[in-house]
Amino acid sequence: MLRLEKRPTPSKFWLYATPPVAVILTMIAGGILFAAMGKNPFEVIRTIFWDPLFGEFAFYLRGQLLVKAGPLILIAIGLALGFRAGIWNIGAEGQYIMGAIVGAGVGLAVFPTESRWIFPVMVIAGAFGGWVWAMIPAILKTRFNTNEILVSLMLVYVAETILAKASTGFLKNPEGMGFPGSRNFSSYPAAQNSFIYEPLGLHWGGVAALVTAVLAYILLTRHQAGFQIRLAGQAPRAARFHGVSPARLVVLCMGISGALAGLAGMFEVTGPAGQISIDFNTGYGFTAIIVAFLGRLNPLGIVLAGFLMALTYVGGEMASTNLGLPDAAIQVFQGMLLFFLLAVDVLTNYRFRLAVGAH
Amino acid sequence: MKRRNLLATAAMGLLLASGGAFAQGMDKVKACFVYVGPIGDGGWTFQHHQGALAVQEAYGDKVEIQWQENVPEGADAERVLTQMALGGCNIIFTTSFGYMDATNAIAAKFPDVKFEHATGYKREHPNVSTYNARFYEGRAVQGHIAGKMTKTNKIGYIASFPIPEVIMGINSYYLHAKKANPNVELSIVWAFTWFDPAKEADAAKALIDQGVDVIASHTDSTAPLAEAAKTNGAVIGFGQASDMAIPEYMPTPRVSSIIDNWAPYYVKRVGELMDGTYAQVDSWAGIKEGEVEIGMITDAVPEEVKAEAEAMRDAIAAGTYHPFTGPINKQDGSPWLAEGATAPDGDLLGMNFYVEGIVGDIPQ
Repeated sequence: MLRLEKRPTPSKFWLYATPPVAVILTMIAGGILFAAMGKNPFEVIRTIFWDPLFGEFAFYLRGQLLVKAGPLILIAIGLALGFRAGIWNIGAEGQYIMGAIVGAGVGLAVFPTESRWIFPVMVIAGAFGGWVWAMIPAILKTRFNTNEILVSLMLVYVAETILAKASTGFLKNPEGMGFPGSRNFSSYPAAQNSFIYEPLGLHWGGVAALVTAVLAYILLTRHQAGFQIRLAGQAPRAARFHGVSPARLVVLCMGISGALAGLAGMFEVTGPAGQISIDFNTGYGFTAIIVAFLGRLNPLGIVLAGFLMALTYVGGEMASTNLGLPDAAIQVFQGMLLFFLLAVDVLTNYRFRLAVGAH
Repeated sequence: MKRRNLLATAAMGLLLASGGAFAQGMDKVKACFVYVGPIGDGGWTFQHHQGALAVQEAYGDKVEIQWQENVPEGADAERVLTQMALGGCNIIFTTSFGYMDATNAIAAKFPDVKFEHATGYKREHPNVSTYNARFYEGRAVQGHIAGKMTKTNKIGYIASFPIPEVIMGINSYYLHAKKANPNVELSIVWAFTWFDPAKEADAAKALIDQGVDVIASHTDSTAPLAEAAKTNGAVIGFGQASDMAIPEYMPTPRVSSIIDNWAPYYVKRVGELMDGTYAQVDSWAGIKEGEVEIGMITDAVPEEVKAEAEAMRDAIAAGTYHPFTGPINKQDGSPWLAEGATAPDGDLLGMNFYVEGIVGDIPQ
C-alpha cells in the first residue's frame, strides 16, 4: 500500500523538479490525446514546442513570444507577491481592463497633441487605473473583512461592462462611423507603445516586465517588505508578533498587483492591441494565475513560465491552423499543464511511503 | 539598388514577357479563414465555416482550406494572419468586424495575398476587399410576421451593439411590423454582446415580463428561443444567423429565421482568384444573391401571413421592393425619405437614428 506522508520540511528537489516534470507529463498525456484524435502526436508536440523557436517562421514567431509573455509576466509577478502573503487577487483581468481604459483615456483626451510627455503620463495613468480597481477589494477586506477572492473576481465583470461602455460610448472613435472601438493608437505616434526592437518583439511592456521581475526578486530577497510578505504567508501568527500589520500588507500587495496589471493593460492597448474595443481583454489576467504558480511564485521563475505559456499559445495556434486541431484540444492541453503542476506539486510537501505490514 | 526591388523588377519583366500574365489565374488556391468563435457555435462562425466547406466542395483538390477558431480581436489576430500569410495562404477571409485594423495592417505587409474582411469598411490597400450581407432585408420579412402575429401588440428586439448594421435591422423590423399592425409597440433591450447565452436569456426574460410576445434578436445564441419555449407557445421568436431549426423549437417558438449564407460569396471569390478575374470589391449582397435566406416559416404562422411574407421576400429578391421606401421620417419627425424614394446605401451604412415611432434613445 502506498500512502502519503507529510514531509517535515518541503523538498528542495521537488520544488525545482515539479515544473519540468509537469511539462513532460503534459506532453505525454497531450500526445495520447492528439493520437486519439488521429493526429501524429510527435508532429503536434514538435509544432507547439519546437517550431515557434526553430521552425521555418521562427524569425517572426520568436518575437511574438515576448509580445505574448510580457503581459503575463507583468501580471503574474504582482499576483505572486500577494499569493505568497496569502492574499488572493483573482481579479487581475479587471485591473488589466481598467488600466487600459484609464491609460488610453488619458492619451485620447489630448489627441492629437504631439508631446513626448504624453506616453509617460499614460503609463502612470494605466498603473493608477489598475491600482484603484484593486483598492476596492483591498479596502473592503480591511474595513469589512469581505473575501477578496469574490470581490476582485466580481469586479472583472463590472470592468468588462465599463469596457463595453467605453468602446461604444465615451472613448468611441469619432471618425469610426458609429462602429464600436476607440481610435487606433497606431495612427497616434505620441501615445503609441511601438516596438523598440521588433525582431525580438520588444516594446515598453516587455521592458517593464523584465525590469519588474528583477525588482520583485530584490524586494522579496533583500527588502524588509519582502520578508514580511514571506513571513505572513508562511507563519501568519509569527508575522503578527513581528509587527506586520495584516491590513497594510493587504493594501500593499493588492496595490502592487493591481498597478502591474493596469500597466500591462495600458501597454497592450497602446501597442499590440492598438485600440480599446469591446473584446479587448483576452484572459491574460486569468492565465497569469497559472503562470504565477508555474513559476513557483518566484519572479525569475515567472519569467520562464511566462515564456513557456506563450509558447503553448503561439505553438498551439500553429498546430491548430496547420494540422487542423480544434481550438478546444489546445485549451485542454494548456489545462493539463496546470493539472499536472498541481498534482506533481504534492511531492514538494508530501512523500510516498510504502506501508509495510498493512493494518 | 535593394535586392527586393531587383527581384520585383525581374518578376515584372517576366510578367510582361508572358503577355498580360497579370490577369492569369492560379492552378491551386489556399483559402484561409479566421473565426471569432468556435465552429460549433451554431450561429455566426458556424455559418462562415459552412461557406469554407462549400469552397472545398466546389473546387475539390484545386483548393486547400485552413481555418483558426476562437481568434481574439487585436494582437492575436495580427499574429494568426501573419502566420497564415507566411504559411502560403493566397486568400484570407477575416470573419469578424473586430479584425478590421489587423486585416489592413497585415495586408500592407503581404501585398500578394488577398484579404477579405467581413462587415468592415476599411480598404486601405488594394489587396483588401470587404463584404457584408443585407440582413435588413430579412428583418423586413420578420417584422411583417411579428406585426401580424403579436396578440399583445408588443414586440421586442434584443440588440447587440449600437452600430449602423444593428440600427438598420431594428428600423427595418419596426417599419414592417408597423405596416402590418399600426398598433404595434417595439421594446429594445441592448445586450452589449454578440454571443452570451446568459445575457441573452436575461434580455428575453425582461421582454417577456413587459408583455412582449414576439422576440427578434441580433445576438447569435439560441437562448432567447429557449426562454420563449418556456411560455408554452405564448411567445414566438426567430432563428438568427443560422436556421436554428431545432425540432423542439418548431413549429413554435422558432417560426422562421434569417440565415447568413456566405457560401456563394466565398465560392465566387476563390473562383475569381483561380480564373484571374479577381478584383478589389466592397460587396453587399442580400436575398437576391442568396446571401441572406429566410428560413422555413412554420405552421404556427397562418397560411395567409406566410404567403405575404414569402411574397415580400420574392419582391426583394426580384428588386421590385426595397425595405426602406419612403415616406419615412426620422424619430424626431424630420423627413428622411420622400414618397417613393429608396434609401441610398450610404445612408444605411452610417445609420445612427431610429425611424419615427420607435420609443427610446440609441445608447451613446
